[in-house]
Amino acid sequence: MDLFTGLAHTLYSTLHDVLPIVAVVIGFQVLVLRRPIPNLGKSLIGFVYVLIGLTLFLAGLERALFPLGKLMAYQLTSPAFLGGDPVSTAGLVRWQDYGWVYVFAAALGFATTLAEPALIAVAVKAQSVSGGTVRVWGLRVAVALGVAIGIALGTYRIVTGTPLHYYIITGYVIVLIQTVFAPRAIIPLAYDSGGVTTSTVTVPLVAALGLGLASTVPGRNVLIDGFGLIAFASLFPIITVMGYAQLSDWWSLRRKRRQASAKDDVD
Amino acid sequence: MLSLIRSSIRDLLPIVLVIAFFQFAVLRQPFPNVDDLLVGVVLVVLGLTFFTRGLEQGLFPIGEAIAHAFARKGSLMWLLIFAFALGFGTTIAEPALIAIADEAAKVAAQAGAIESNEASMRNYARGLRVTVAFSVGVAIVVGVFRILKGWPLHYLIIGGYIGVVVITMFASPEIIGIAYDSGGVTTSTVTVPMVTALGVGLATSIRGRNPLVDGFGLIAFASLTPMIFVMIYGMLI
Repeated sequence: MDLFTGLAHTLYSTLHDVLPIVAVVIGFQVLVLRRPIPNLGKSLIGFVYVLIGLTLFLAGLERALFPLGKLMAYQLTSPAFLGGDPVSTAGLVRWQDYGWVYVFAAALGFATTLAEPALIAVAVKAQSVSGGTVRVWGLRVAVALGVAIGIALGTYRIVTGTPLHYYIITGYVIVLIQTVFAPRAIIPLAYDSGGVTTSTVTVPLVAALGLGLASTVPGRNVLIDGFGLIAFASLFPIITVMGYAQLSDWWSLRRKRRQASAKDDVD
Repeated sequence: MLSLIRSSIRDLLPIVLVIAFFQFAVLRQPFPNVDDLLVGVVLVVLGLTFFTRGLEQGLFPIGEAIAHAFARKGSLMWLLIFAFALGFGTTIAEPALIAIADEAAKVAAQAGAIESNEASMRNYARGLRVTVAFSVGVAIVVGVFRILKGWPLHYLIIGGYIGVVVITMFASPEIIGIAYDSGGVTTSTVTVPMVTALGVGLATSIRGRNPLVDGFGLIAFASLTPMIFVMIYGMLI
C-alpha cells in the first residue's frame, strides 16, 4: 500500500474514534455548561496532536509490525514449524509440542502492552494522583506481566481445548481473594488496568495468534476456540497489579521492621 | 520534545526485540521488506510522541475541565446524561467493536441462531453494536454515580462478576468467547484517557473524595457490563 493512501485511510478511522468525543464534549459545552473551557486553543491543539499521533502510530503498526507479527504467529503455529505431526499416535494433541508458541505469546503480550498508549495515559495519571507512590514504570511492568501470563495461559487453553469459562471464573475467584487482602487504594486502579491493556497494539496481534492457533491445532474450532485471548489479557493484569501493590507493601513493612530491630540492637 | 521521542523509543524497543529474536533465532528467517519496516517503525515512534504530547495538552485538561464544570453546576441529571452520551458515543463508532460484531454474526449464523443470509447477519451485528454501546453508556453512568456517592468499587465490581458467572451458566457456548472479548475491546485509546480524566476530575472536585480511591474504576465498569449485556443479547435473539 502506498504510504499516503495508508495514512489517509488511518486518519479516517482515527477520526471515527475522536469525533464522537469531540462532538459530545462540544455539544454539552455549548448547550448545557455554557462556560468557556480554560485554554481552549491550547487544548484543541492537543486534540490535533492526539489525532496526528494515533494516525502515525497506527499507520506505522499496519506497515511494519502487524504484517510481520501476524506472519510470525501463523508460522510459529504451523505444523511445518512444529516438526511434522504434532498429533501423537493416540490422536491427542500434545501441548508440549507448542513450547515456542507459549514463549512467543508471553513475550508478545509483555512487549505490546508496554507500548500500549492507553496504558501510558492511565499510568501517568495514576502517578500524578497518587503523589508518586504508584510509579509509571512499576504499574506498566506489572500490567505487562499480567498480559504475558494471561496470553500464554490463553494459548495453552486453545491447544488443550478446555472451556474458557473455567479459567476466567478461577481468575475471578483469585481476584476476589486478593481484593480482601490488597491495600484499599490500589483496587480501583487494578480493576481499571484490566480494561486498558487491550487496545490498539495488543488486540490485532493477539487476535491473529489466537485465530492462527485455533485453525492449525487439530480438532479446534476457530469460532469457538479462537476467541477468548483478549479476555485472558484483561483479567490477569488485575491480579498482577494487586500483587505488585501487595509485594511493595510487604517489602516496606519488612524494611521498617528490620530498621526497628536494628535500632533495638543499638539500644 | 526530544526527551518525549526518547521515551517513545524506549516504549517500543521491547516489541522490536521480541520480533527480531523470534525472526532470527527461532524461525531463522531474514526480515522481509526491510525498508517498509524502517518507515513503519519511524512512524510508530513519531505517532507515540505526538500522542503523549496531545494527552497532556488536550485530552487530560479537557476531561478535567468538564468534570469541574459539572461539579460546579451541580446538576446530577445533566452529569449522568453526559456520562451516558460519552460512553455510548465513543463505543458505537469503535472500529474494533465493528470487527468483533461482524465476527459474532458469523458465529451466530453458523450455530443456527439466526438465518444465514446477509440481511439477518447485518441486523444481528448492528444489534450487537448498539447493545455493547448501550452497556458502556450504562457503565459510565453507574461509575460516575459511584464516585458521587463514594461507594467502594469492589462491591459493585464483584457483584458484577458474580452476575457474569451466573449468566455464563445459561449462555450458549458460541457467544461466551465473544462476550468475554467484547469487554476488552470497548475501551479505545482515546476513550480511556478521557474517561480517566473525567473520573479523577470529579473525585478531586467533590469534597471528601480521594482521586486515587474514587477517581479510578470507570474503565473497570466499561469492561464488565458488555460481557453481561452481550450474553443476554445472545439469549434473546
